Amino acid sequence: MDRRTTIKWMFAAAAAMPSLKTFGYTPAKLALDVAPNLPGYGTDPDLVKEWKPGGPWPLTLSAPARALVAALCDLIIPADDVSPAASSVGVVDFIDEWISAPYPEQRADRQIVLPGLVWIDAEADKRFGKQFAELNDAQRSAIADDICQPAHAAPQFQTAANFFATFRDLTAGGFYTTPVGMKDIGYTGNVPLERFDGPPLEALKKAGLA
Amino acid sequence: MAFISAADADKNSYDVIVVGSGAAGGQTAYTLTMDGAKVLMLEAGRNYQPATETPMLQANGEAPLRGAGTPEKPFGFWDATVDGGWQVPGEPYSSASDDPARQFVWWRARMLGGRTNHWGRISLRNGQYDFKPHSRDGLGFDWPMDYADLAPYYDKVEMLIGVYGANDGLENTPNSSPGVLLPPPKPRVSDLLTRQRAAKLNIPVIPGHRAVLTQRLDHVRLPKLLHPGNAKAQKILAADMQKRAACFFATPCGRGCSIRANYQSTTVHLPPALDTGNLDIVTDAMVRAVTKRPDGRAEGVIFIDRKTGAEHRVKARVVVLAASALESVRIMLNSGVANSSGKVGKYIMDTVGAGIGGQIPLLEDMPLHNEDGVDGFHLYTPWWLYKEQLAGKLGFARGYHIEFGGGRSMPSMGTAAGMEWLNGGTYGRKFKEEARRYFGSFMYFSGRGEMIPNDDCYAELHPTQKDKFGIPTLNFHWKWSKHEIGQAAHMQTTFAEIIDAMGGRMPSPPQPGEKAIKQGGIIIHEVGGAMMGNDPAKSVTNSFGQSWDMKNLFITDGATLCSNADKNPTLTIMALAWRASEHMLGLMKKKEL
Repeated sequence: MDRRTTIKWMFAAAAAMPSLKTFGYTPAKLALDVAPNLPGYGTDPDLVKEWKPGGPWPLTLSAPARALVAALCDLIIPADDVSPAASSVGVVDFIDEWISAPYPEQRADRQIVLPGLVWIDAEADKRFGKQFAELNDAQRSAIADDICQPAHAAPQFQTAANFFATFRDLTAGGFYTTPVGMKDIGYTGNVPLERFDGPPLEALKKAGLA
Repeated sequence: MAFISAADADKNSYDVIVVGSGAAGGQTAYTLTMDGAKVLMLEAGRNYQPATETPMLQANGEAPLRGAGTPEKPFGFWDATVDGGWQVPGEPYSSASDDPARQFVWWRARMLGGRTNHWGRISLRNGQYDFKPHSRDGLGFDWPMDYADLAPYYDKVEMLIGVYGANDGLENTPNSSPGVLLPPPKPRVSDLLTRQRAAKLNIPVIPGHRAVLTQRLDHVRLPKLLHPGNAKAQKILAADMQKRAACFFATPCGRGCSIRANYQSTTVHLPPALDTGNLDIVTDAMVRAVTKRPDGRAEGVIFIDRKTGAEHRVKARVVVLAASALESVRIMLNSGVANSSGKVGKYIMDTVGAGIGGQIPLLEDMPLHNEDGVDGFHLYTPWWLYKEQLAGKLGFARGYHIEFGGGRSMPSMGTAAGMEWLNGGTYGRKFKEEARRYFGSFMYFSGRGEMIPNDDCYAELHPTQKDKFGIPTLNFHWKWSKHEIGQAAHMQTTFAEIIDAMGGRMPSPPQPGEKAIKQGGIIIHEVGGAMMGNDPAKSVTNSFGQSWDMKNLFITDGATLCSNADKNPTLTIMALAWRASEHMLGLMKKKEL
């Protein structure tokens, strides 16, 4: 990466993080800046063409930031007997698309996610002398356990817990909307049917209706 | 005749100009052209073809931002709306008050078919009480007609567009005539559980009515009933009905429907109307004003070609405004016509909306099954406390119905999000297990209630502001009364009771009415502004939407409604448009127009 790009990233990260001083950590190399007047997909996008992250607006996360996002995604949604980990089905691209988008909700999430990523690397460095993506599972969990419950987090972890809740929602939304995620969660619809038969008997029994 | 250019429209002569192509414009043009009238339809938005533009079966994961709503696509990326929303670039409006509770937001859709392309397809009839509300409780205004006047047109519209439902015969919840309704879809588990538990609270739950074909329309029987003695119309309609497929129970209706299984003006009203050869359509035609002949009658309209900015004038024997209630109001105010009563813009109404969501443990860990169905509203609750309300026991006038939904619907950004209130917040394998456990166990209850027209809710022209076409814009005044606030509070406590009766839990307690009630315009049921009546001094039109002042000017959209029952206005708008159009045809045949 050339120096010009590095400076741009640093500037972007710093500009995006008014609350960073509370973390006591100097940010670096997170994301390219997003233009203030970046256009969206407009009020009349083509609904039948193929859409991919990076199509309607540029992605902005740096390579190290993407590695960190992947590590966090997979902490939240790891591989198990049912389905693979979040990062293996495009959730990193999705989160990059989300926080790079030109709309108010996504811009607000960017102001939560980018400082959160800085915090989590700083915390990993403080506790274990490594970046978060380099930690082992037990080390990652040690940090996650302190920030996974926003209503019960210690005061010094409150901002990080709020970040984690936002990041968890993004990871879940990204994952469960993929074919793999829809299958995992048990969605069997969106299939043309000749008849709609309603619930099977065992479902009615389960709810005490038969 | 078909889609033509603005320049070509200037050259032709028409019986009727119809401004707008949605539920009202579509129905008006359909009824007129099927009976031989030559119609020019002007649509402010672009042409739109559901057969090729509808994202059928695309999953949310294939959309930018997983399909989440944005200011450019407020109902999500796959929503059918083109160039629409509560804000349309270059087409501003304003509110007179800075108080958010007194502001009104105005939804528009700039596309052929208007908002019928994305609407919820909920199709409920007004009942007897709904036409005489003032006689019943002393509030608001009576309509210049009875239920019996409109009932035949409700039947006709339901047969034409295809509405599923059942005849339960509940109070002020009219039955359709035999053979009119299509069979309702089977209820989901969440529907049945709601019905079982609501029964313990004496709250009825019955099949909903929506404009979705649960089976194909009877193309032999229905055209004869709809167009008796008109062989050409029967033939055209029979052919068109055979091109509409039945619902295949997948993909949300709000995207529109390329197989034409639900109603939208573009797939149901306009194709047969075009097949008559009597309909010309100009799109991107933004109407500015109705023009006047020396004898005081309407001459035609002035419109601006959105693509070129050029102004055009077209003429016809009759002008129909069906541009959506407030756009029609705006055109009238900008024309300075039809307002000797001073009532144009007055008594605008929306629907009262409030809701609560909950989580129902009995619905957790369901055996895998497909719950898509027809998308929404398999069952619902009509207003059920008429007697208590009339006896003054509720503290507010007029009722609401309950729309509820749950089940294993297509995953979106909301799926497995915000579960902290249930589990504190987890991650890892535990998170994945809980996502599976809770999927499909959430329900949402929405109230849709009647707003009583009041003196504080009206639209006027802004003294200075203009849109990008140079057309003066609307400025809104808005205030809910104690009736709407009380109703929203009642919705909150009732929904909490239902969720409780289902063994469910809620993330937060019910809110007071002022907090729970949605902002004016959010429910997108705005009507009124050109009320019909029996007295020319107190109303803008007669019961046929015919202007008292300008005999050849009709309004067939929601602007003429005297009240806004909880029944959702679209079906009533279409029935009124059909009735008005028949009246128009009769007057034209008698050479009175």
